[in-house]
Amino acid sequence: MSAPTVRRYELIAVTVIALLLIVVVPLLNANGVISHFDLSRYGKYLCYALLAISVDLLWGYTGLLSLGQALFFTLGGYMHGMYLMRMIGELGQYKKPIPDFLVFLGWERLPAFWEPFASFPFAMAMVILVPGLVAYVFGYLAFRSRIKGVYFSILTQALTYAASIMFFRNNLLLGGNNGFTDFKFILGHSLADPATSRWLYIATAVAVLLAFLFCRWLSKTKFGLVQQAIRDGENRVLFSGYATAHFKLFIFVVAALLAAIGGALYTPQVGIINPGEMQADKSLEAVVWVAVGGRGTLLGPIIGAFSINYLKSWATTAFPDLWLLILGGLFVLVVLFLPGGIVSLPARLKAAWQKLAARSARKDRDSPPAPDSASAKS
Amino acid sequence: MKQKLTSLLSVGALALGASLAPASAAEAVKVGVLHSLSGTMAISETSLRDVLLFAFDEINAKGGVLGKKIEPVVVDGASDWPLFAEKAKQLLEQDKVSVTFGCWTSVSRKSVLPVYEKNNGLLFYPVQYEGEEESKNVAYTAEAVNQQATPAVDYYLAEGKKKFYLLGSDYVYPQTTNLVLLEYLLSKGVKLENIGGGFRKDGSGKIISAGKYTPFGHTDYQQIIAEIKQFAASGDACVISTLNGDTNVPFFKEYAAAGLTAETCPVVSFSISEDEFRGLPAKQLVGQLGCWTYFQSIDTPANKKFVADFQAWLKKSNVPGLVKEGRVTCSPMVLSYVGVYLWKAAVEKAGSFDVDKVRAAWKSGISFNGPGGKVTTQPNMHLTKNVFIGETKADGQFKIVKSFQNVYGEPWLKGKFQAK
Repeated sequence: MSAPTVRRYELIAVTVIALLLIVVVPLLNANGVISHFDLSRYGKYLCYALLAISVDLLWGYTGLLSLGQALFFTLGGYMHGMYLMRMIGELGQYKKPIPDFLVFLGWERLPAFWEPFASFPFAMAMVILVPGLVAYVFGYLAFRSRIKGVYFSILTQALTYAASIMFFRNNLLLGGNNGFTDFKFILGHSLADPATSRWLYIATAVAVLLAFLFCRWLSKTKFGLVQQAIRDGENRVLFSGYATAHFKLFIFVVAALLAAIGGALYTPQVGIINPGEMQADKSLEAVVWVAVGGRGTLLGPIIGAFSINYLKSWATTAFPDLWLLILGGLFVLVVLFLPGGIVSLPARLKAAWQKLAARSARKDRDSPPAPDSASAKS
Repeated sequence: MKQKLTSLLSVGALALGASLAPASAAEAVKVGVLHSLSGTMAISETSLRDVLLFAFDEINAKGGVLGKKIEPVVVDGASDWPLFAEKAKQLLEQDKVSVTFGCWTSVSRKSVLPVYEKNNGLLFYPVQYEGEEESKNVAYTAEAVNQQATPAVDYYLAEGKKKFYLLGSDYVYPQTTNLVLLEYLLSKGVKLENIGGGFRKDGSGKIISAGKYTPFGHTDYQQIIAEIKQFAASGDACVISTLNGDTNVPFFKEYAAAGLTAETCPVVSFSISEDEFRGLPAKQLVGQLGCWTYFQSIDTPANKKFVADFQAWLKKSNVPGLVKEGRVTCSPMVLSYVGVYLWKAAVEKAGSFDVDKVRAAWKSGISFNGPGGKVTTQPNMHLTKNVFIGETKADGQFKIVKSFQNVYGEPWLKGKFQAK
C-alpha cells in the first residue's frame, strides 16, 4: 500500500469518525435515539481517549513508557473539581458556604488556597499550570539524570503512587479518600440538565479531535522526526548533536497537558474525582488501551480507549464475574496475534487476502504443465 | 467504525429492551444489585451480592412482592468509584429498577448519591459508616456511629477503663468517628490527656482531628505500638481501632509481638467481621473485641434458621463464581438481607413500588424480626437495631459479651455530646 493511499484512507476515517462523534451522536441524543445515559458514557470514554493519546505520545512516539499518566489526568480533574466544589454554594449536606468535607474537618472559613477557585478562568489556568509544572519538574530531574527505559517507567509509577497516598490524606484539604463529588453547576448551568451534559460531551469530542490533529501535525514536523528518532536510537540522536533531554522534557509536558485536559473534562461528566483515579492500576489500564488500539498510531489509542471501556461497561453488567478475565484474555490475544493493535487489522486482513490471492494465482500459474499454455486456457 | 457499530448495537439493544419490557413487567419487578464483584473490594462485597440473591430467591419462592417476582439486575462496580456512578445511572435510567441494594465504601455511596437524587431512586446502604449524611434517596440500614463506636466506649467504661487510644486508617469514616468519640469521651468525664493518638488543632486552638492515622496499605506499626505500650503501662487503657482491611494483619501481628494482649490492653475494631476472618488470621486477635449489630453466634431460633437456610442455598445455587465453602454470615450481610425484607414490607404497606410511597411507608415505622433481632425503620431513613459486643475466638467467630437493645440510629452526632 503506497503512502498517499494510506493518507487518503486515514483522512476519510478521521473525517467520518469526527463527524459521527461531534455532530451525529449529539443530534441523535437530542432526538432521543441515544439515551442520556449512553451519551454520558461516551463522554467519559472520550476523556479516557485523551489520556490514551497522552500515553501514546510518550510510549508510541518517543519510546518513553510512562506508567503514571493518570496522575496528570487526575490533577487536571482536581483543579476543575475545585471550581465545581465552589459552585455547589450552600446546597451541600451541611448547607454551609464551604465544601462539606471542610465542615466536618472543623473548618469554619475557606482555606486561602481555595478562594480563587470560584473563578472559572482561574481554575482552567490551574488545569494547565499545575500538571504542567509537576511534569516539568519531574521530567527535568529524570531526563537530566538520563533515566531511561524500565527505570523511567518505575519512577513514573512511584510518582503517581506517592501522589495518591498524599491525596488520600485529609490534611491536604482536598477531600481525602472521598475526593470531590455532588457537583451541581458549571458556568451557571445545572449539571442535571441533559443539555449541559450534551455540551460537555461535544466539548470533549472537539478536544479529542484537536488533540489528534495537534499530535498528527507534531509528528510530521522536524521535531516529531527527532522525537521518533529518539525512540529508535537515542544514543545516535545524542551523538548527532541533539540535546535529547530537552526534546523529551517538552514532549513529557505536552503529554501531561493532554492528560490534564482529559481529566478536567472528565470530572463534571462522571461527577466524582478522588485519589483512586491516580492509583497505579489506572495508568496501567491506559497502557492496555494503547496496546490494544495500536501503539505508535494516533487513531489507535482513541479506538483502544473507546472500545475497551465500552467492553468494560458491557461486561461488568453481562458477566460481572468474568470481565477481568475477558479483558486480560483480550490483551494477551492482541499482544500475541495482533501486535499492531486494532488499527493494524485492516492492513493485516488486506495482506492476508493478497497473500491468499497470490497463492491461488500461483496455483493457477503452476498447475498447467507448460507456462505458455495458461494464456491459451484462459 | 467501531463507534458506529457500537452505537448501532446500542440502538438495537434499546429497541429490543423496549419490546421486551411490557411482557416481563407484568409478573416481575426489577431490583438493582450494585456491588464490586472485581477489584480490591470484591472480597467483601461479593458476600453481599450472594446474600441478596438468597433473599430474592426466598421471597420469590413465597410468591414475590405484591404478586411480582423479583428480577435482580446484578452489575459490577469493579471497585472503581466513577464506574459506580455509571452503573447507578444504568440501573435507574436504562433498567428502571424499583430499588437498588448496594455500595460498601463511603466513596462509592458519595459517588452514586447525586445520581439517586437526580432520578429520585432508592438505594439501600448496608455497611457501617460515619453518618453526617441524610438523603431521602438512601435507606441507611447501616450502623451509625452511635450503634457501634459509642456503645463500645460504654462497655469499656463499665469495665473500668480510664484511658482510650484512638487509631484508624486515614479516611472519612475513622476521622469522623474519632471526632465524635472525642466529644463522647469528654462528656463521660474522661480527661483529654487520657485520650491517646494525638490531636491536630486549627489556628484558633480548636481540635480538628483526634487520634493516630495511617494510610491504606500501611505495614509498619512498630512505632505506634511502642507508643500504645507506653500509654497502656498503667493497665487501665484500651484501643479503639478503625483500621481498615489488610492493615489489620501487620498491626495485630506487631501488637502480639510487643507483648500486648486483650488482658493488658484490649482492642475493639469496627471494621473486622466474621467475613473478614476468611482472609485474616484470627489467632492473633483472640480475646480482642468486635462491635456490630449482628454476630453469627447469636443464639436465637431466627438466626439459626437464617444461617442454615443460607448454607443450604449456597449448596444448591448455581450462581456463577459463587464460593460455597467456608462461608459465614456477618453484620453487613444481615443488614443487606434485612433491607430486602424491609423494602418488601414498605412496598406492601404502600401498595406500590413508587419510590415516594415506599419512602413514606419507611418513614411511618416498619418493624422486621431479622437474624439480629427486631429492627425498626425511622423517619430519618436510618434503622433502630440491637448492638452486640463480642470477643474474637480462634475460629473467627465472636462470643457475645454484651448487648444493647433497640439503639436508635443517629447520623448527626458531631457537637451532640457536650463535656460536663
